[in-house]
Amino acid sequence: MKLIFEKSVPGRHCDLLPKCDVEAVALPESFRRQTPPALPEMSEVDLSRHYTELNQHVHGVNCGFYPLGSCTMKYNPRIDEEMAALPGFTGVHPLAPAYSVAGCREVLDTAKKYLCEITGMTGMTFQPAAGAHGEFTGVLLIKQYHHSRGDMGRTKIIVPDSAHGTNPATAAMCGFQVVNIPSAPDGCVDLEALKAVLGPDTAGLMLTNPNTVGIFDENILEITRLVHEAGGLCYYDGANLNAVMGVVRPGDMGFDCIHMNLHKTFATPHGGGGPGACAVGCKDFLEQFLPHSALMDEPGHLQVKSFAGNFLVVVRALTYLMTLGREGVPEAAQNAVLNANYLMRKIQGTFDLAFDRTCMHEFVLDLSEYKKETGVSALDVAKSLIDYGMHPPTMYFPLIVHEALMLEPTETESKETLDWAAEVFRKMYELGRKDPEYMHNAPHNAQIGRPDEVLAARHPVVRWQKA
Amino acid sequence: MSYVPSTGEQRQEMLRAIGMQDFRDLYRDVPREMYLDRPLDIPEGMSELEVSRAVSAMAARNTVFPTVLRGAGAYDHYTPSIVKTVPNKEEFLTAYTPYQAEMSQGVLQSIFEYQTMICELTGMDVSNASMYDGAEAAAEAAAMCRDRKRRVTLVSAAAHPDTINTIRTYCFGTGDEMRVVPMKDGKTDMEALREMLTADVASFYVQQPNFFGQLEDADAIGALVHAAGAMYVMGCNPIALGIMKTPFDCGADVAVGEGQPLGMPIAFGGPYLGYMATTTKHMRKLPGRIVGETVDHDGNRAYVLSLQAREQHIRREKASSNICSNQALCALTASVYMAAMGPDGIAEVARQSMAKAHYLCRGLTAIDGVDLVYTGEFFHEFVTTLPRTDEVLSALEKAGILGGLPIEGGVLWCATEKATKAEMDRAIAIVKEVLAK
Repeated sequence: MKLIFEKSVPGRHCDLLPKCDVEAVALPESFRRQTPPALPEMSEVDLSRHYTELNQHVHGVNCGFYPLGSCTMKYNPRIDEEMAALPGFTGVHPLAPAYSVAGCREVLDTAKKYLCEITGMTGMTFQPAAGAHGEFTGVLLIKQYHHSRGDMGRTKIIVPDSAHGTNPATAAMCGFQVVNIPSAPDGCVDLEALKAVLGPDTAGLMLTNPNTVGIFDENILEITRLVHEAGGLCYYDGANLNAVMGVVRPGDMGFDCIHMNLHKTFATPHGGGGPGACAVGCKDFLEQFLPHSALMDEPGHLQVKSFAGNFLVVVRALTYLMTLGREGVPEAAQNAVLNANYLMRKIQGTFDLAFDRTCMHEFVLDLSEYKKETGVSALDVAKSLIDYGMHPPTMYFPLIVHEALMLEPTETESKETLDWAAEVFRKMYELGRKDPEYMHNAPHNAQIGRPDEVLAARHPVVRWQKA
Repeated sequence: MSYVPSTGEQRQEMLRAIGMQDFRDLYRDVPREMYLDRPLDIPEGMSELEVSRAVSAMAARNTVFPTVLRGAGAYDHYTPSIVKTVPNKEEFLTAYTPYQAEMSQGVLQSIFEYQTMICELTGMDVSNASMYDGAEAAAEAAAMCRDRKRRVTLVSAAAHPDTINTIRTYCFGTGDEMRVVPMKDGKTDMEALREMLTADVASFYVQQPNFFGQLEDADAIGALVHAAGAMYVMGCNPIALGIMKTPFDCGADVAVGEGQPLGMPIAFGGPYLGYMATTTKHMRKLPGRIVGETVDHDGNRAYVLSLQAREQHIRREKASSNICSNQALCALTASVYMAAMGPDGIAEVARQSMAKAHYLCRGLTAIDGVDLVYTGEFFHEFVTTLPRTDEVLSALEKAGILGGLPIEGGVLWCATEKATKAEMDRAIAIVKEVLAK
């Protein structure tokens, strides 16, 4: 595909603005830009076709199955988009007087009420823009709490080795030393390993439950009790909330604060990487530490971005929540878990399951043995799936499973899709045994073959330059 | 209603196929005592029509002002129609981070193009795929500049209060110190800056134009900062860059900014876009996603997420940032905006915004009691005194005009290319009328 710059024609443009109806003002010479930016020069039809062409080379949830584990790629309802595009929301200035933003406040308050009930929390902020941003916000709650008590010796955050990379990176950004603890063979927290590291220097524990291998840690009450006993707080990474919403609440598991990815669990679109939105909830004793905007609310609080967060994403999530309601929320969770277990059992007998037990909303395949036998890796299988129009599962995560493929079908896939997906996996399994070479070179029908990532890193070309 | 396509019969069939009686069996690992044994205390689900009515009613409880003369970090520019339609394409909308390059070339190329446009606008060598917003980008830029010896972050008091507060929060996280450089006459106090640039200072952040609309002497600041061995971070309004000297030409090591003016609605504060760019020298310290060009095994041009050795999924607790996404759809919006405007269009938006703000300023300050608080050069925002502020603003609001923002010492006004002469004349007349009473 040609780059937009390669389609640019000098002098071409879109007619968008009227002539200026007031006197021009000259910018003093010393502030003036020397040369104009070489932005593309395009007509509207050029633009329309360029972006249509790009869009045709994107796999969205609307194109087909997208079982990207831990990302909850569920269907994004269209009504949510329509509501977020209402001029009554898009045209509101964040610093407009209070009476004129009553509707926006109602959106935030209602979303807060629903999400507090779903998580068992009492306070909530929507300021963070993404999951990692929410983790940062949540762990800062823990830090402020200890500091407010003069308890400055709590310098360590405990993170299981199965955790997403953002967990340790977040703890480090919050100035904590990260203590990694090994997982038990079943992927759950090793209670002995946990006990061994708990102490007066424990600030808290970061945990997902269901965990990153898709298993509900049945010792969860014991885990949070042990951390609290040591004087630490428990942080719930809500990446996997889709499995349990309306069924069991993080607050009832003993967690003190939580982040939720509205772009996963509450069906707002991922947008090719963002914007997401993150709600961070907490128990009442932490509410005083929640972030606020210095300009919109009041100074004296922490703040992780400007204004009230990604507001239009909250509108989408609230629309979704109001649609699902009391019975729909647990129904979504239950069917997410049903779909994962159904697909897992349909695939079983081909690729190995990393953990052969009832899973939650996702499960992990372990291709180490298969690779030993055939030479075909998890990467080869993932790339081969592309030829079938299926987005590959998450690869090589969690780190505790080698040759991992992690599948999360979500509740919005039908039985037919799951049957088809299982059939494709079976084909892959057989193809790898028959013709490993073919799979090493997959995909064969995609727009490009496997890209040379080493070249990209060694000789970085990160912008277009005129030849 | 939960968007589950499988019918009740199919669900039963699937349960039977995995040897389960009912849904409770799926949750057998969940200890009974914590099982939520009551329905959630939220309303019942609704049909699409009912939800549409209920949410539209919330939107209707807001007041949307047809004329907006308020900025302060959220700017009401005209959004061309094509800029609204492209990001609504369902594939762009519903895809995730382009981990699988072979089926994401469209997203990857759009980000590569965005990176190039940001480099063009800022004059910098390398842009990342975007950050959450301008405030967060500034905070991450400050973090990027810190090394073992130099840990202190200096921030101009004339920066946006939300940005200052966000930088402070990130510094609190790592236990580092942020010091605010005072201002003088609405701009960074150069003497104070010179004194505060001690050997432990990692970087200085200045906003251009600053929160009060004033143009900072960015070159001179850059020279001071570099003479002290610190890094120079500039937060620039991207529309102003259509006509203003680039951060690169002002000597910036890192350029960041709030990308909202590039086609995003003000929308009660988000989603917006943080842009972030640097020089080749600091490329490998840049946080966030970066898309790079390469070839596939047949030698075809291809794009991939690149330079990932910087990132959290590789470095875990040794990563300098935990960011693992970007605001891709907002970056796409900004790209379509910049391409639709082109070099002339973006300069025209800047020229008109500046001309209109100056027109509004002349009209307002001709009124008795309304005076400019800061008298330096300004772009499209300025501060005036305004007697009986509440009364005046309320009269404007009744006429559908959102006036300037009350801040300490005055009112911060803004005009963009959207404000017509007629609208501004009306606003000026109302202010005059109220104050004449």
